[in-house]
Amino acid sequence: MTVLLFLIPAALAIGGLGLAAFFWALRNGQFEDPEGNAARILIEDDE
Amino acid sequence: MTALRKPEPARERTVLAVPSMRCAGCMSKIERGLAELSAVASARVNLSARVVTVDHDPSIGAHDLEHALATLGYEAQARRDELAPRLSAARPLLPALAVAGFATMNVMLLSVSVWSGAEGSTRELFHWISAAIGIPAIAFAGRPFFKSAWRALRRASTNMDVPISIGVLVTTALSFYETARGGEHAWFDGALMLLTFLLIGRVLDAMMRDRARSGVDALLGQAARGAMVVGADGKLAWLEAAQLAPGMVMRVAAGERLAADGAIISGHSRFDQSLLTGESAPISLHEGEKALAGTLNLDAPVDVRVSHAGHDTTLAEIVRLMEASTQNRSRYVRIADRAARLYAPVVHTLAALTVVGWLIAGAGLYQALVTGVAVLIITCPCALGLAVPVAQVVASGSLMRAGIMVKDGSALERLAPVDRALLDKTGTLTLGRPQPDTAALASLDGRDAQVALALASHSRHPLARALANALARRGVSPAKVENVREKPGEGVFADWRGLHVALRRPDGASGGIAASLHIEGEPARLIPFSDRLRPDAKAALAQLSRLGIECSILSGDRSEAVAEIARQTGLTAQGNARPQDKQALVGTLRASGRKVLVVGDGLNDGPALAAADASMAPGSASDVGLQASDLVFVHDSLLALPRAVRGARRTMAVVRQNFALAIGYNMLAVPLAIAGVVTPMVAAIAMSTSSLIVVGNSLRLARAAR
Repeated sequence: MTVLLFLIPAALAIGGLGLAAFFWALRNGQFEDPEGNAARILIEDDE
Repeated sequence: MTALRKPEPARERTVLAVPSMRCAGCMSKIERGLAELSAVASARVNLSARVVTVDHDPSIGAHDLEHALATLGYEAQARRDELAPRLSAARPLLPALAVAGFATMNVMLLSVSVWSGAEGSTRELFHWISAAIGIPAIAFAGRPFFKSAWRALRRASTNMDVPISIGVLVTTALSFYETARGGEHAWFDGALMLLTFLLIGRVLDAMMRDRARSGVDALLGQAARGAMVVGADGKLAWLEAAQLAPGMVMRVAAGERLAADGAIISGHSRFDQSLLTGESAPISLHEGEKALAGTLNLDAPVDVRVSHAGHDTTLAEIVRLMEASTQNRSRYVRIADRAARLYAPVVHTLAALTVVGWLIAGAGLYQALVTGVAVLIITCPCALGLAVPVAQVVASGSLMRAGIMVKDGSALERLAPVDRALLDKTGTLTLGRPQPDTAALASLDGRDAQVALALASHSRHPLARALANALARRGVSPAKVENVREKPGEGVFADWRGLHVALRRPDGASGGIAASLHIEGEPARLIPFSDRLRPDAKAALAQLSRLGIECSILSGDRSEAVAEIARQTGLTAQGNARPQDKQALVGTLRASGRKVLVVGDGLNDGPALAAADASMAPGSASDVGLQASDLVFVHDSLLALPRAVRGARRTMAVVRQNFALAIGYNMLAVPLAIAGVVTPMVAAIAMSTSSLIVVGNSLRLARAAR
């Protein structure tokens, strides 16, 4: 059962990392323009 | 990433709405086109909101940017200040949902271990970890519910959030107590799961409303927000509507809307007042006559001396009248809250009775309380909270794909029981813009049509644009014309294969609106224009009457013009109605117990739209019409009306089924809870199954707009 002492914090840390990444993305404006982001990959950067 | 950088101090930021931008090609064309201007530091398109944000030097203004976009081929409008901070309804809920989802998954992981037999110190450890994750997460993610419940309680009323909040808080408190005394059951997973499910429902609901709102925002901005003012030295300068003052002289070009009331001091032209009064025929105004803000100048540039500006205009008057009548709308109590008013007292009484019952049966206080709390947990309205939002999200999505935007959350609820419809004429039953006569277009031979299209596409005159659109739709390609020049008030002139050609106003004052096509050496061809009924108008009205909705026309236009449309549609009609009259009629009908739907587009319909039980406006409506209505339909066809009503009725049927399913499920689980045999596992299964059933039932609405 001592393996739990290692596994539980690891599971929480990984989950927390995902949560932190989501918050970062939200603050960073990554969800401002989902349609535009989908279309932007089609624009060729030829300059 | 450069566009995301904060603007430097000497820069100005302008946000322009570009409704016609739809694809990646448009995005890059606009961004590159604007970036080429020397005064522009950066331009960034937001395709979801159909806006472009430009950071630029203060030396150029919004008007220059609109012009630059027009040369790129996009109609653009600088967004007004009051619209600039677009508050998203979904954004504030996303962090709460993220936290609730994260906590639910982790606590559920621990709970499953407990259910599968973890005991003693391991179980205690798991419960403590669950508490450490769950309590802060519930405090954070539950705030939207707690706040709304608190607001309702302070007004001594109740809504769906009250039983939710009580359930969540009581569950959390009991779980913490159980954890502290090393008990067998902790319910953190249940409380968190409830919050997650409910937040998913609300976020979806809010996202749908955000999308509808940004769709409507993109349509806004038809009223003029400024004018070219002729200065004392004869120089022209663009002034915002708010800066206009009585005494200034505005130069109003053809195709422009007046930004203020005033008297014409030079030139004469015809003006389209349909948005303001419902009057369909343009009126001719000469020097000395009065023109009203919001009317469209059709023919030639005129100079207008401002008499009333800003809040004194006729337009502002109507807006005030409308605001006064929006208040009865806010008294509407939504179906979920009405359900909660019945539901909350029942479950809370049931929980209290359970405690009393167990005490009488001889159980200890602790055991009686735990059982009472279990009743509260199992009746916590998880599925009930999802019943309305999920059904509405699915139905709104379906309606949006059919070109109907549902602006208000309670709009479908209010639309479903409608049994009386008042339809405006100009712009609602009809298209509201002069269309070239189809027979005349069909009689143009290919060569004439090509010349006409080439000429028409060089003008921004409303008739020319309507003609160009109609010809382009027929698959005509423009002829090559040279030396094109537009004479305001007269027409477009050019050379084609060495011949003089022109598209101009017909000679002589004929009755209706028309344009005439001249090709040198040939007789002139007259193309009459008229406002036409929307496509499928008759079919739509027939469907409405089959839905049990009595329709009639209520218009501000002259009685003769109204009578003509009444004859074509077979409806009863009332003409010459002022905005106050329309509003009063709505009031009378409502007082007699009818549920009234008002469909209108103009400023003059605003007060009636706001006073009705439910209201719809076409996408071409005035700003006031768009803002006052609950639903906006963007396609030309009038079939949107019966479609929306059917969609609303289907939605409400599914909502009622959802309520029945959710309450039925509770009725199965409640006896178990009262008997004291409900464990956290049973609660978790009951909650998720009933939610899934409600969601599944709502998905049947995906084709609600059929």
